[in-house]
Amino acid sequence: MADAATNGAASGPRPIIEIDRVSKVYRMGDVEVHALCGVSLTINEGEFIAVMGTSGSGKSTLMNTLGCLDRPTSGTYRLGGEDVALLTPGELAEIRSRKLGFVFQSFNLLSRTSALENVELPLIYAGVSSRERRRRALESLAHVGLADRAGHHPSQLSGGQQQRVAIARALVSRPKVILADEPTGNLDSRTSVEIMALLQELWRSGITIALVTHEPDIAQYAARLIVMKDGVVQRDERHEPIVAVVP
Amino acid sequence: MNPIQTTRVAARALMRNKMRSFLTTLGIIIGVAAVIAMVAIGEGAKARVEQAFQSMGANLLIVVPGTTTSGGAHGGFGSMPTLTYDDLRAIQNELTSVRLAAPALRSIAQVISEEQNWTTTVMGTTPDYFAVRSWPVAHGRIFSSVDVEGGTKVVVLGQTVVEKLYGANVDPIGQSLRIKNTPFAVIGVLDRKGQAPNGQDYDDNVFIPSSTFQSKIQGGLQKFIGGIIVVSAVSADQTSRAQAQITALLRDRHHIQPDAEADFSIRNLVEMAGARQEGMQTLSMLLAAIAAVSLLVGGIGIMNIMLVSVTERTREIGVRMAVGAKPSHILMQFLVEALTLSIAGGVIGVALGLVTAERLAVALQWPVLYRPDIIIISVVFSAVVGVVFGLYPAYKASRLDPIEALRYE
Repeated sequence: MADAATNGAASGPRPIIEIDRVSKVYRMGDVEVHALCGVSLTINEGEFIAVMGTSGSGKSTLMNTLGCLDRPTSGTYRLGGEDVALLTPGELAEIRSRKLGFVFQSFNLLSRTSALENVELPLIYAGVSSRERRRRALESLAHVGLADRAGHHPSQLSGGQQQRVAIARALVSRPKVILADEPTGNLDSRTSVEIMALLQELWRSGITIALVTHEPDIAQYAARLIVMKDGVVQRDERHEPIVAVVP
Repeated sequence: MNPIQTTRVAARALMRNKMRSFLTTLGIIIGVAAVIAMVAIGEGAKARVEQAFQSMGANLLIVVPGTTTSGGAHGGFGSMPTLTYDDLRAIQNELTSVRLAAPALRSIAQVISEEQNWTTTVMGTTPDYFAVRSWPVAHGRIFSSVDVEGGTKVVVLGQTVVEKLYGANVDPIGQSLRIKNTPFAVIGVLDRKGQAPNGQDYDDNVFIPSSTFQSKIQGGLQKFIGGIIVVSAVSADQTSRAQAQITALLRDRHHIQPDAEADFSIRNLVEMAGARQEGMQTLSMLLAAIAAVSLLVGGIGIMNIMLVSVTERTREIGVRMAVGAKPSHILMQFLVEALTLSIAGGVIGVALGLVTAERLAVALQWPVLYRPDIIIISVVFSAVVGVVFGLYPAYKASRLDPIEALRYE
């Protein structure tokens, strides 16, 4: 972490995610599948990137690797200056707990569990005291505009509300990076825009966001577009994002 | 994540499937309840048997005179006096394994006080009788060997007789009563002894010196004892030796040929008690086996449900891992769930067992003896079952790949 930290903001953007020649090979029966073939990528603090690509392009594997859910077969991965490529599953869990927040396509909230308790979940594993957990979870729910739904179960919430709870859960551990895997995949277009507006707001508050999507108009809300194909980065370009305005 | 939180998470998960959780624990509940109830009842029964045999006397042997045969009909033991006072003295003085021996002459008679009458058993005996039976006086005194030698007309009463003749809480000492028209002075009242194993009331007896019994109640028969001899061995493990010695002594004294039937018999109460306890032990072993099988089946039930639960909640496990749960957190969560199930089963089983034992004890009029050690062992064993059978499903859960788990439908 030393270099990036000491250089400070004055010396330009600080990298938060650095992967270098990362490959991932799955073995499916006798066939070796090369999901990632030597991908190198640097994401700076405060960036909002969208990863696009067709099914089988390696974008999901890339996200799982960035999310410390999967370990690369070869190559290096530095997250916030810390080498995480060779950590054990337990150590990776701790990295996820400290530095990352996840938002999934299918929300992945625990059923028959209140919104508040769902948001508290990461803090339980981070060892936060129960009073502090409650306070921070309520704060996080208020941030996504659902303070009044704290006691509701996922089944009592709309899809958009469920995804907001999931975003509140991702936020509650104050992560550096939020990884969103098709966060609008299960939502109608109006709700999708609402969710993207929320993600843009978080981005403007300084959180790094990496988003996987297959919808070009969703990708336009990000400031950098990465297109994957056959396990390599095909395109990597920055652009002025469209501001999400709730109609 | 501390143990209290882990337990709360586990309890909540179990409460989501209340019926399933309950049915899963049923095996443990039944197993533990069976152990607790049966041990409590078994201990109660054992205590009752011990108490009953203890109340008959310490290390007691009873020598019963022999049979008569008239016209082909056997009269049964005790129908003819064959034991003599010389036999009694020989048993008392010549045998090393015998502590005390006393005659017990027995007759049913009406006892009349100034206001009441009562038909009871009159026993003629010697002071040693009370020592053999470990039966102290409540107040007053028992008669002495001087009373026996002199044939004095004194009587010692059992508690039931006192109640019938004088009413409760009356001290009858110094009063006079008549047995078969002979006046007797009441000199003592015995402690309450309770019931014999066959339900006979030990306290419904009056005792007079054996010599007085012979002269005033029974008449005649100066040489023979018109009843039985009670013998106390020097210790519990000497009763069999005492039995053998008395048998040899009496056969010799009565000149009975080695192959001939003896004209007396000896009842060894310690042996009888021992046999009953052996029966109890066999029963206990059987129950322990049933309980062990029940707990094993209960454990397999827990493992089965935990495996189902892990599969059902694969996605939940994935979510928990994604938000920072370590494999060890997942392992603990499922292990604690199994442990909660099994300990809850154990505790419910203990409660159910105690209630069952209590009900049965009331119905059977037995004392119930709770064994705290068995209660603790049962709960601990339930916990062990939970850990042993919960470990594999929990390990399986902790080894899930978070990506696979999140994708699981």
